Amino acid sequence: MWELIQANKRRSVVLFIALGATLLLLGYFIGGAYFPDGGGFIGLFFALIIWGILSIVSYFSGSKIMLAISGAKEVTKEVHPQLFNIVEEMKIAASLPKIPKVYIINEEAPNAFATGIKPEESVVAVTAGLLARLNRDELQGVVAHEVSHIVNRDVLYMTFAGIMLGSIVLISQVFLRSLWFTGGRRYSSRSSGGGGQAQLIIMIAAIALAILSPLLAQLLYFAISRKREYLADASAVRYTRYPEGLASALEKISDTSIDLKTANKVTAPMYIVNPLKPKGRKLSNLTSTHPPITERVRILRGISGGANYIDYQNAFNKVKRSKSTLIPSSGLTDNAKIGIREGVIAPVALGLNKKTKREMGDIMMKVNEYSFINCKCGLKIKIPPDYKQETLFCPRCGRQHQTR
Amino acid sequence: MTAVIILLIVVAAVVLFVISIYNALIKLRNQVKNAWSQIDVQLKRRHDLIPNLLETVKGYMKHERDIMENITKYRSQAMDAKTVGEKAQAEGLLSGALGQLRIQVENYPDLKANQNFLALQEELTSTENKISFARQSYNDQVLFYNNKIQMFPSNIIAGMFNFKEEEFFEVEDEKEREVPKVSFS
Repeated sequence: MWELIQANKRRSVVLFIALGATLLLLGYFIGGAYFPDGGGFIGLFFALIIWGILSIVSYFSGSKIMLAISGAKEVTKEVHPQLFNIVEEMKIAASLPKIPKVYIINEEAPNAFATGIKPEESVVAVTAGLLARLNRDELQGVVAHEVSHIVNRDVLYMTFAGIMLGSIVLISQVFLRSLWFTGGRRYSSRSSGGGGQAQLIIMIAAIALAILSPLLAQLLYFAISRKREYLADASAVRYTRYPEGLASALEKISDTSIDLKTANKVTAPMYIVNPLKPKGRKLSNLTSTHPPITERVRILRGISGGANYIDYQNAFNKVKRSKSTLIPSSGLTDNAKIGIREGVIAPVALGLNKKTKREMGDIMMKVNEYSFINCKCGLKIKIPPDYKQETLFCPRCGRQHQTR
Repeated sequence: MTAVIILLIVVAAVVLFVISIYNALIKLRNQVKNAWSQIDVQLKRRHDLIPNLLETVKGYMKHERDIMENITKYRSQAMDAKTVGEKAQAEGLLSGALGQLRIQVENYPDLKANQNFLALQEELTSTENKISFARQSYNDQVLFYNNKIQMFPSNIIAGMFNFKEEEFFEVEDEKEREVPKVSFS
């Protein structure tokens, strides 16, 4: 498992160098296009500064921003004891140094994400819709997938790769727009001198780079994001030893057509399943951040014999009909036989029925610090946090209750 | 003179080598200990939960006296166990008895609807999961440690400083490992 993290890191370094080189090249040529005399280095410098500032901001408050955008709220164990237990189970299975904090998002769409640059300060966030729809084993599969992202350092990596991508897009956009507005007149008047031809070539190169590099960087970023989703699935299977849990959870999550309101294009790669459903047209495979769910489910269901990485790799090759190495060879040497366990079957119906709807409502109220009193007449009285009186009468039977 | 210097260098190299292996062994042994304490915490937690569970269940289950007696018996056996092997055996029996209790719960709809019981049930399920995950990581650590003790050249240093192999935490009977297929919904 430790080797897996190492191999991930090595692979990340290669991609970072590729993204970084693109960024520097872009800066250099754009600088050169603006200022013919030694402008390349000014551009390079500016590109680095933009990237540096974005990186520092995201390092120190990346998870806070992510949590704020998603509208997630930290909760105590009383709100959902099962979720807390499952997170702790996965902490033990993955040997994390500390239990991740637990957040709940008050939304109907089922989804989940993990954040935290360091494993010591990680967060697992799930929506109320997810909690209401999934049974224990399915929830465990989802939490295991999220914890895998933390253990495999995917959060750190995707954050910084995302920042690089963002810087590249930002710089190209600013450059192209400035060209549009000035109409390139400034440059043509200046380049009428001796170095005109060379300047023209630099200009064309800068424009080409500004158009192409964001696309290239995005494809690189998405390809690795998809690979990491498979890897997190593989780790989740190893931790839970129960592939069916994650498989049926993924099915249930993809079954709904509700968009997650608080997700956007930037935060989408962080979720377990793409929270933004493609509308009308089918998203092409190259530009999606997540592998198709049907394929993930087929791989999970195709696992036989054991729950180790090698078993996932075999199922992966069978479904994809390829011999690609998803899991670095060092991860496959861990050949301990890990049996698949039996599931505790407690089916929860697909979709939202009356019961899951009510359960979801209860979870949302608990997140918002409502308290509950079960009256003897069978009514569940829900008390908002701003109710200050000490006693309260049951609206149905009139019994008196203590609110504290 | 040169011979003395070479000799000194060789001796220093050997000493450094021994120290590094010794430290690696100590580190691995501590990891085994740490992994064991993780299991121990969860086992204790399970022992603490059982009296509460029996208390809740007692009022409903009038006809399952022997199952409850077994649970009490295996619990005290598990708490008295000293070695890893003994403990694994007693805990295995306890898991089996708790599994039987779960099967019987099916016949008591009132009990299944009891909030208190459901909460205890969740805690117990989670604790058993934690035990099995902790057992997995304990066995991983023991494997690393034992490998180091058996392999050359660290086996020489292990023998010199009396490092002993650790026992795996294994449930003897395959049947006990099976989680009973029961629905609580």
